[in-house]
Amino acid sequence: MSSGRQAAMRDAYGDALLELGASNPQVVVLGADTTGSLKSGVFANKFPGRFFNVGIAEQNLIGTAAGFALAGKIPFAGTYAIFVPGKCVDQIRNNIAYPNLSVKIVCSHGGISVGPDGASHQQVEDIAIMRSIPRMNVVVPADAVSTKATVKGIADIPGPFYVRLARPSTPLVYESGFEYRHGKAEVIRDGSDVVLIACGIMVPEAVRAAASLERRGMSAAVVDLHTVKPVDSQTIVKFAQKCGGVVTAEEHNVIGGMGSAVAEVLGESRPTPMRRVGVMDTFGESGEAGELMKKYGLTSSDIEGAAVSLTSARR
Amino acid sequence: MEAAQEVGRLKGTARNTRKLILESLAEAGSGHPGGSLSAVELLVTLFFHTMKYDAKNPAWPDRDRFFLSKGHAAPLLYAILAQAGFFPVEELMTLRKMGARLQGHPSLGIPGVEAPAGSEGIGLSLGVGASLAARLDRRTSRTYVLMGDGEQQEGEVWEAAMAASKYRLDNLTAIIDRNGIQQDGLTEQIMPLEPLASKWRAFNWNVIEVDGYDFLQLIDGFDLAASTRNRPTVIIAHTVKGKGISFMEWSPHYHGTAPAKDKLSDVLSELK
Repeated sequence: MSSGRQAAMRDAYGDALLELGASNPQVVVLGADTTGSLKSGVFANKFPGRFFNVGIAEQNLIGTAAGFALAGKIPFAGTYAIFVPGKCVDQIRNNIAYPNLSVKIVCSHGGISVGPDGASHQQVEDIAIMRSIPRMNVVVPADAVSTKATVKGIADIPGPFYVRLARPSTPLVYESGFEYRHGKAEVIRDGSDVVLIACGIMVPEAVRAAASLERRGMSAAVVDLHTVKPVDSQTIVKFAQKCGGVVTAEEHNVIGGMGSAVAEVLGESRPTPMRRVGVMDTFGESGEAGELMKKYGLTSSDIEGAAVSLTSARR
Repeated sequence: MEAAQEVGRLKGTARNTRKLILESLAEAGSGHPGGSLSAVELLVTLFFHTMKYDAKNPAWPDRDRFFLSKGHAAPLLYAILAQAGFFPVEELMTLRKMGARLQGHPSLGIPGVEAPAGSEGIGLSLGVGASLAARLDRRTSRTYVLMGDGEQQEGEVWEAAMAASKYRLDNLTAIIDRNGIQQDGLTEQIMPLEPLASKWRAFNWNVIEVDGYDFLQLIDGFDLAASTRNRPTVIIAHTVKGKGISFMEWSPHYHGTAPAKDKLSDVLSELK
């Protein structure tokens, strides 16, 4: 991450679907009236027979995807995050997770970076909901490059997935490439004083925070915990042990999200002082993404501040 | 004469199915007799006359698929699958027991069960997906979904109904067990469904109404559904909750109360 280039995860999703469509005839794509926005529409143009727009009917979107999976297809189904984990938790649980179906739910517009649409469209509970469903895998990619690799990677992994994408174009973390390794966190930077564990669009923020901490004389490791479930306990414990302090950063409620997953691991395996950067159990509001990230404490300086306060508390 | 013979055979299977439902429920000590007994003839017709499948090879890709949406009728589905040869009839006596395959509501891992069920209103969407997949794979197989009438109150049923008519799924047949009773009482008091047939017609479905205990009407209904082009068919089967056992008929109480084990022989003596 150096050039400052940005790209949209949604474009990457569309690119990945196009490649999957060509390489795997079992892949079908389902949408719910947001297919232009999610870029799954590009799949529709190339493979119209394998694309299904079910309209504004998300529960049927999930159920129909399950029906496809039961008949041997690999369905990718998605719309905006606000309309799926909350609205369809019963269908996700009973139609997909319980029978362990290979339905890949990919949703855009996770978190408050959705922006001007306001709190009704800002999904800050999805990781918590999806993580609590047995057999469900939860992945929150950090940028467009890893999004593409993730979408292509999970097509070959049996079982249900939830992939959460963000609406805005975001800085590229993995310009030099990314290989999706299921359940394996990506260590972006080594360090010894504190480990910053982030997911989604908070990963570039964590990288920035680490650079700034370095200028203050603090050595911060950065871990991209893209696969929130199954969680990479080994990497979490290893860096907690090495650094002695953990800061998590996610664009999600601090209750039940990725930070909670890390706290669960550390609480049982290696209790370590930690701070959680995230949405502090509140709803968002209208505003530009950048303004909201600032107001709700989701910037690199918030991560940096958490790391500094954690370190001074330990002294 | 041939038709009369076939009906006689199906009637015998229906009688045995009711016996197995009541025996397994009494042994389990809990479960849902009312909505199992009401739909016996519907499933007997499907599994022993209409559908093509191979009990020795449940995953045969060209099979017709049956999805039970009203999952509480699990004892009925299990009794049918056992008689069809998917698993031993004796296994029915393990219903709802710890460690048994036969879960209180259908789950995967039971031979012949196509999908789990239990939450109301979510089965028709599975049928839509499976029917679209069958068309994509150019299979001639058909998809059947049995719904309860109470679950017509769920919104997703109508989402799926719209999708099925959008995609002209003539390989999909839904069946509604119209027994008029849900857990709290009469459907028309709890949340009226009528005019139910008009609702489905308005969603561009081919609607067939039958007496749910008349095998000839059921056979004709499924045949007509299979020969209808460009539209999905719904068969509204008029039925009686608890059918066959006098004190269970029309009784909301026996929606979810198993027959007592010590009264079982009296109960079974009612079966004709």
